[in-house]
Amino acid sequence: MAQKDVPPRWDRKMQQRLARGEAAALGEMYDRFASLVHSLAHRVLGDERAADRVTREVFAHVWEHPETYDPKQGPLRSWVAAVTHRLAVQRLRATETAALPQGESGSAQELESKLRRASVAARADYIVHSMPAPLRAALELAYFQRRDYRQTAADLGVTEDEARRRLRLGLQLLSTAHNVGTPPGYGGAV
Amino acid sequence: MSSAGGFEAHEGNGEHRGDDERDEYLGRDEDEFGGAADTGSAAGGGAGDGDVPSGTGGTGPGGPPRIPLPRASVEDGGQPLPGPADLGSPAPVPLDLSHDVLKSLLGAWALAACSPAETAAVEEHLGACGSCADEALRLREAVGLLHQPESLDLDPALRTRVLQSCLNRRPPGIPVPEWASPYDAETARLDALLQDFGDAEWHAPVRLRWFEADQATSRRTTVAGVIAHLLSVDGLVAMALGLEDPLAEVLERDKTREQGSVAGPAGRTEAFWRTSHFPPTRSVRAPWREQSHSLVRTVSFTGGAGGLTVPYDDFQLPLHDAMLDRAFECWVHAEDIAEAVDYPYDPPAPRHLNKMIDLAARMLPTALAERRRAGLSAPGQTPHLVPAGAPGRSLRLEIEGAAGGEWLIPLDSPAAVGSAEFEVAHVALDGVEFCKLAAGHVPPEEAAAGQVGDREAIRDVLFAAAGLSRM
Repeated sequence: MAQKDVPPRWDRKMQQRLARGEAAALGEMYDRFASLVHSLAHRVLGDERAADRVTREVFAHVWEHPETYDPKQGPLRSWVAAVTHRLAVQRLRATETAALPQGESGSAQELESKLRRASVAARADYIVHSMPAPLRAALELAYFQRRDYRQTAADLGVTEDEARRRLRLGLQLLSTAHNVGTPPGYGGAV
Repeated sequence: MSSAGGFEAHEGNGEHRGDDERDEYLGRDEDEFGGAADTGSAAGGGAGDGDVPSGTGGTGPGGPPRIPLPRASVEDGGQPLPGPADLGSPAPVPLDLSHDVLKSLLGAWALAACSPAETAAVEEHLGACGSCADEALRLREAVGLLHQPESLDLDPALRTRVLQSCLNRRPPGIPVPEWASPYDAETARLDALLQDFGDAEWHAPVRLRWFEADQATSRRTTVAGVIAHLLSVDGLVAMALGLEDPLAEVLERDKTREQGSVAGPAGRTEAFWRTSHFPPTRSVRAPWREQSHSLVRTVSFTGGAGGLTVPYDDFQLPLHDAMLDRAFECWVHAEDIAEAVDYPYDPPAPRHLNKMIDLAARMLPTALAERRRAGLSAPGQTPHLVPAGAPGRSLRLEIEGAAGGEWLIPLDSPAAVGSAEFEVAHVALDGVEFCKLAAGHVPPEEAAAGQVGDREAIRDVLFAAAGLSRM
């Protein structure tokens, strides 16, 4: 799936390259993160064209304001995810608010809970996407392939203890998706 | 499961696996975990004991039942359930498990991935242990967040649109040169094609086809072998730019064998293939992509200045033409790969395709001269001597479609200038068709859609176009 072992040095260098306006760096950013950005936006908005538009906004932000990324706060990947999250939720709020019947407080509450659901779902996707591969593999076997934990252990060539540990830890990570108000992995510092 | 009577209030949720399930619980825990959700550090820090902090102090005695039932178990996946006789005992007898073991089972329990006896033991325990009950609830909610990943196929055209809109908003300080953008776009398109390839795709057989001495030639390899080929030949440009030769190590090992030239595209590719201990695998993708990125980056800095040329085996190309040539090859081989794995693949953007056609058209006069030297031209044809820079006999190459245009190909000397006044023949072809001809994928006899004029001249030009192809 995603490239995991990218050293922070790559992140810092990328930021410098973007800052001095290197178009080739923008292309590399896109090649590395476009599928993450697009799928998160799609998870929030549920619409292909809206996700395209958010993808464009995210890279425009990255390109115009690379200085707003602070390498000390975390990896570039998390920052890009956080920017995506913020812009996608913003867009969802705007389109849903426009569609809202006037003066009905019930609908406003529904809107808030819809936004919250979309946020949590997108964060969950990001967490699954970026969790350590062994945890993800265990979850995929147990959930999508419907293997029990003993079969999961056998499939992965690990002990049953280890399979249980991975399933539990994977779900613990995933449960942090409910931390509303905190963009994924970036402490809200966008 | 029904033995745990306290959970029955949540019976309705037991079967859910989608978005709805968590709604009921969503409001409750959202403020309980204040920590940053950096999964990387959580994975490192939490790996030992697996305890995620929870703000709730356990289930109060009078509180409502909070633990939803697990989702439908593995056995319920559309298959008939075993009859009661197969189950042995009517209800599994709860096992006597320690707290630590029960706690370790919570993830598997939440995923319905335990044995019935373990499930019963866990559920009994949850009635008695507040901290496990809290965690069980949290993990059950987390299961509801698992989604089948959506198809990640991005529209390849989106890249161009997104990058262009960025560059319009903030003009680049260091742009990618115009002549490098086809290479940038084609390598990105191929990389996107490779994105979801599994082992079967990487090892799918591919036949590379080209023309040599007017004969169709081919060589068998795999998808991974094609990427190794692109890596090897792109390496010629990398070396011309002063970058590292991706084949340095391979060629060092290969020296002992002395199997002819390893200078040109074919020689380097063959050296790569025969020196690898194993057939190329998906592991060639990263070095290929890294090199293609660094080529784009490097030419952005060096530009076309300094008259850099890229030496191939028996000819050389100016840097900007070499980058066009590599873009062309990248597309042609991406087509080979797409065909091998039965994926659709579009031609390049018209403005890029147009530049590739232009390169081929500009290379034709030299190719024609080489055919004459090699005795491949039609016998009896005596080229008119044309002084350098003067107009000479010409063929009008008309390319149709959005990438199209017209080129006057001087027939008698690369030094002559194409001239409408001395036009002796006219060939009309579709742009993609012409590129397939120049790639050696279409026999020259079958290529031209329309032709008027000197038959021999037309035949010569079409064969010369096919002869531009190489491995």
